[in-house]
Amino acid sequence: MKITLNGENRSLAGPSVQDALDEIGLGAAKVATALNGAFLPAAARAGTTLKDGDALEVVAPMQGG
Amino acid sequence: MPQFYGTHVESPLMLGTAQYPSPAIMAEAFHASGAGIATVSLRREGGAGQDFHNLIKGLNIPVLPNTAGCHSVREAVTTAQMARELFGTPWIKLEVIRDDDTLCPDVIALVEAARILSDDGFQVFPYCTEDLSVCGRLLDAGCAVLMPWGAPIGSGRGLNNPYGLRSLRAHFPDVALVVDAGIGLPSHAAQAMELGYDAVLLNTAVAKAGDPVAMARAMALAIEAGRLAAGANPIEARDMAAPSTPLFGMAVLA
Repeated sequence: MKITLNGENRSLAGPSVQDALDEIGLGAAKVATALNGAFLPAAARAGTTLKDGDALEVVAPMQGG
Repeated sequence: MPQFYGTHVESPLMLGTAQYPSPAIMAEAFHASGAGIATVSLRREGGAGQDFHNLIKGLNIPVLPNTAGCHSVREAVTTAQMARELFGTPWIKLEVIRDDDTLCPDVIALVEAARILSDDGFQVFPYCTEDLSVCGRLLDAGCAVLMPWGAPIGSGRGLNNPYGLRSLRAHFPDVALVVDAGIGLPSHAAQAMELGYDAVLLNTAVAKAGDPVAMARAMALAIEAGRLAAGANPIEARDMAAPSTPLFGMAVLA
């Protein structure tokens, strides 16, 4: 399906958010996710199915003030 | 030393982790200063996040994630939720920005987000202005810490409104107060502590100094000096001179 991943158009197999993370090499990484602007807890990734047009944000710890 | 939501912190210096010349210099600045808290953020994972997370864990001090860059309640709340999961802490430095030139907080949205997050179990550190009514609303919303700006983030201007900050301290004597943002020099940080503030949060003044490690140490010393002074009951300023050397017993030589 076609989704927006961190602001970029991507075509991923899915179907779950966890599958998508595995596909982009972040399946085991320390990241947090938001789907269509709402927080998606790590425990819910495997049971959440992506659909065309979804916007997935994948964030990690970064420098900050 | 400051206590935030019941957690004792080892130093009143809260130091940011951004803008250093290198990760090694950042780590050295933290060690040189003995900073008590490290502030961090969340950004889209581009590959650097995992190494950075390990670097932060190596500092071995409490981490305070922020919602920097958020302009709406929804963005800030979602960011806070992601930060809580990622860093395993209920602490959140809540920033909701209204104006990009001054990075002035949107205090209306800030209060709303603070209420939502406090109700959800977060321990909120709101980046706010020194406005008494806004600060009162933040306390009503469940905040037990207030972090008024000294001056706009990154400006290095010091304390723009010492009167307002002093007034805030007097109004809320039992609330943990932190001057967050605008510090440029150690003297600014000392001044904040002299006003009776519990801590100072800064980043740019250290990270962008020519020698960040030396500046980090200078900030720590100034903050310690200011903290001691605040507890030492400073004298009141006066207009007329008052000789410190006794006049009694002076030889008549004229």
